[in-house]
Amino acid sequence: MNKDTREPLFHISKRGAVKWYVSWLIRGSAVLLALVVCAVITMLMTGENPIRIYATIINGSFGTPRKIWVLMQNISMLLCVSLAVTPAFRMRFWNIGGEGQALAGCFASAACMILLRDTLPHWAIICCMVVTSIAAGALWGAIPAIFKARWNTNETLFTLMMNYIATQLVAYFCVVWESPKGSGQIGVINSRTEIGWLPVVGGQKYLLNIIIVAVLCVLMYIYLGYSKHGYEIAVVGESERTARYVGIKVDRIIIRTMLLSGGICGLAGLLLVGSTNHTLTTTLVGGRGFTAVMVSWLAKFNPVWMILTSFLIVFLERGAGEISTNFGLNQSFADILTGIILFFIIGSDFFINYRLNFRHAAGKELK
Amino acid sequence: MNQEVPAVRMKNITKRFGPVLANDRAELTIYRGEILALLGENGSGKTTLMNMLSGIYYPDEGTIEIDGREVVIRSPKDAFALGIGMIHQHFKLVDVLTAAENIILGLEGRLDLRKSTEKIRAICDLYGFELNPEQKIYDMSVSQKQTVEIVKVLYRGADILILDEPTAVLTPQESDRLFAVLRKMRDDGKAIIIITHKMHEVESLSDRVAVLRDGRYICDLPTASTNAQEMTDLMVGHSVTLNIDRPEPVNPRPRIEVKGLTVRNEEGILRLEDVSFTANSGEILGIAGISGSGQKELLEAIAGLQPTESGTITYIEDNGEREELIGKDPLKIAAMGVSLSFVPEDRLGMGLVANMDLTDNMMLRSFRSGHSLFTDRNTPRHVAETVVSELEVSTPGLSTPVRRLSGGNVQKVLVGREITSAPTVLLTAYAVRGLDINSSYTIYDLINRQKKDGVAVIYVGEDLDVLLELADRILVLCGGRVSGIVDGKTATKQEVGLMMTRVGGTANE
Repeated sequence: MNKDTREPLFHISKRGAVKWYVSWLIRGSAVLLALVVCAVITMLMTGENPIRIYATIINGSFGTPRKIWVLMQNISMLLCVSLAVTPAFRMRFWNIGGEGQALAGCFASAACMILLRDTLPHWAIICCMVVTSIAAGALWGAIPAIFKARWNTNETLFTLMMNYIATQLVAYFCVVWESPKGSGQIGVINSRTEIGWLPVVGGQKYLLNIIIVAVLCVLMYIYLGYSKHGYEIAVVGESERTARYVGIKVDRIIIRTMLLSGGICGLAGLLLVGSTNHTLTTTLVGGRGFTAVMVSWLAKFNPVWMILTSFLIVFLERGAGEISTNFGLNQSFADILTGIILFFIIGSDFFINYRLNFRHAAGKELK
Repeated sequence: MNQEVPAVRMKNITKRFGPVLANDRAELTIYRGEILALLGENGSGKTTLMNMLSGIYYPDEGTIEIDGREVVIRSPKDAFALGIGMIHQHFKLVDVLTAAENIILGLEGRLDLRKSTEKIRAICDLYGFELNPEQKIYDMSVSQKQTVEIVKVLYRGADILILDEPTAVLTPQESDRLFAVLRKMRDDGKAIIIITHKMHEVESLSDRVAVLRDGRYICDLPTASTNAQEMTDLMVGHSVTLNIDRPEPVNPRPRIEVKGLTVRNEEGILRLEDVSFTANSGEILGIAGISGSGQKELLEAIAGLQPTESGTITYIEDNGEREELIGKDPLKIAAMGVSLSFVPEDRLGMGLVANMDLTDNMMLRSFRSGHSLFTDRNTPRHVAETVVSELEVSTPGLSTPVRRLSGGNVQKVLVGREITSAPTVLLTAYAVRGLDINSSYTIYDLINRQKKDGVAVIYVGEDLDVLLELADRILVLCGGRVSGIVDGKTATKQEVGLMMTRVGGTANE
């Protein structure tokens, strides 16, 4: 064999169906590898002991009971928005407007709390908040859906733009409803009367959100996997032509699913304003609408796996925050670590789907 | 002849896709100056083997020799350098470029269109191709596009040609012309491998046949010393009967009446013009025509999927009641009590959902039944079980995504689902395209059973030999118009072939 007829160093071939434990083994080793790489980079760049850094990351999430509650609350809110965008994603409708849809829900809740506080009793206001925030989110989701269904506009751009509209709208009303006057901020709404605040369950401020999202997660799992709607969503997502062939009205499914998707985002907004923060700012959703895209994708649009992926992302975020304060490192350094870990996790998918075949026996025979 | 050095010798070739063994120590030898027909059922590894020869896949084990020298083919570029060219079933041409531009696309060196055009003309003259190098691809018929593909590989100096089902899209006349060219190339000393499922083509064209079964090489033998029956038995591994039944229609009555149907596509181009015919119950109406003559639009219009411009499509019930189908979508047609089944041409893109498993695909038609919010997966699972066992679908299980099944099994799943609803009208488009002999006969058999049950079958086909054996009447489409309706028992292949290219089929039309 001469040089130019040598077998390639390796070639890539597709794997068939992989057993579940093999794929988790690959994912697990990806996380381990990522931690090793992070450790090496940390040592090289900061001279800190990587073990201490990892300990701090874990401490950031589990250090005190309060930190655990905050972790759970953050997971539940991220999971809520992720659950919201998932039906749309299953339909291959790339809704990246979760941010705006949730903010529309926040806005509606806050508006009820501020405008109705002197006219309606507490329970009626809460009813109004629930209805209006879900409706606002649904409206924000349905507008791009209607345009997509009627005129086949690009849903990614459209939902993205709707985010900015929501942000600007909230920015304007932050000034209109500012309190105290001249601050340009709304501050805590009804802090004295607590009108429109959602009830505290079991003495824990965050427990209500966690319970609601847990129930939602189960419901979404059933809806997507076992309901007729879920089946229609899956068929439309896989092939619109097949959907039309069996008489599914694709336009209607798109609009219906986005009403649901936006509605749940609106619910997330309600929980953020009514239960957690009791205020309204333009950054209240905190980028969860975008992070949710990653959570949903990493979990392959499976609501139950999304508990794990949202945990992973919140855990990394909290840990990153912790090291930047404890070690006086820049927040960017924490972002680098998060980036490395995500890169390995996403990259592991390649090894689950494909196999590398290295040059075998032939090379040895030559020697 | 066997004393010569073979042009290609593939030895002990093994290729795995995950757990699937596509080729298991396969062998193949071809000499210069011969046409080799590569035979095998779907999933027997023909295309995989050829893809390894043309550099698309890399074998896991085994060696390839070209002219007695061991080579490594890592990419299609390597294959071209060795003079191997493959003409795929699906053409890979740029529509807005001319033939000549497509042919030289991607070649290195200075661009000299005039010189290239001369060289293309020389190749065409040598082998008798009819090709205008300056013609744009979008102006070309399917057979002209195929010619461009063949000239493209010849231009690049290929002398080992692989053709994957080249006649699937051609009329009988075009196929004859292609065969004449291939024979000329053989006489010129080229090695030609042709993959086809049509036995009469194998018999008339090839010098030698090689048979693959389950990824393994079975044998090769001179075409002259064998026959269709023996070759089929070798492919399948046991004896099969090669006759298509044509039972007399029992009590045929008009079931679907189409009158003056005119259809334009989204771009406003006329696809069907003033089409009128009647399909009877208990009868198979064959539809012949060059691909793209309006077959798809016709079936989709009847199924309620294609907006129409004018004309009527009337469904006639057994008691003589008439219902208009135009302007109704598939759901409304079903709600009227018309049980209409449709096996579309695009199986995985329209008839089935490729990523869903068998059960979920069975559910496509029935998931709405019942008032529950939830889907009932039990009934479809039973349907899937029945289809799998009755039609002998080979699948690892009911939860396997249909995209993992071979072409024949995919079609069995689709046809199986469509006939479970006990239809009164069955529309099929290219029901056996890409299917091997064994699966094809299973499908013919299923269609005949439907006919005996009194179903009005409309069968769009491309293999005229089959249409002439299977259909009671044949409607010939030409450019969206009805060229004529002939009796399946008396019509000849030449007659239908002519009608496909000219309305009425006469020379002076």
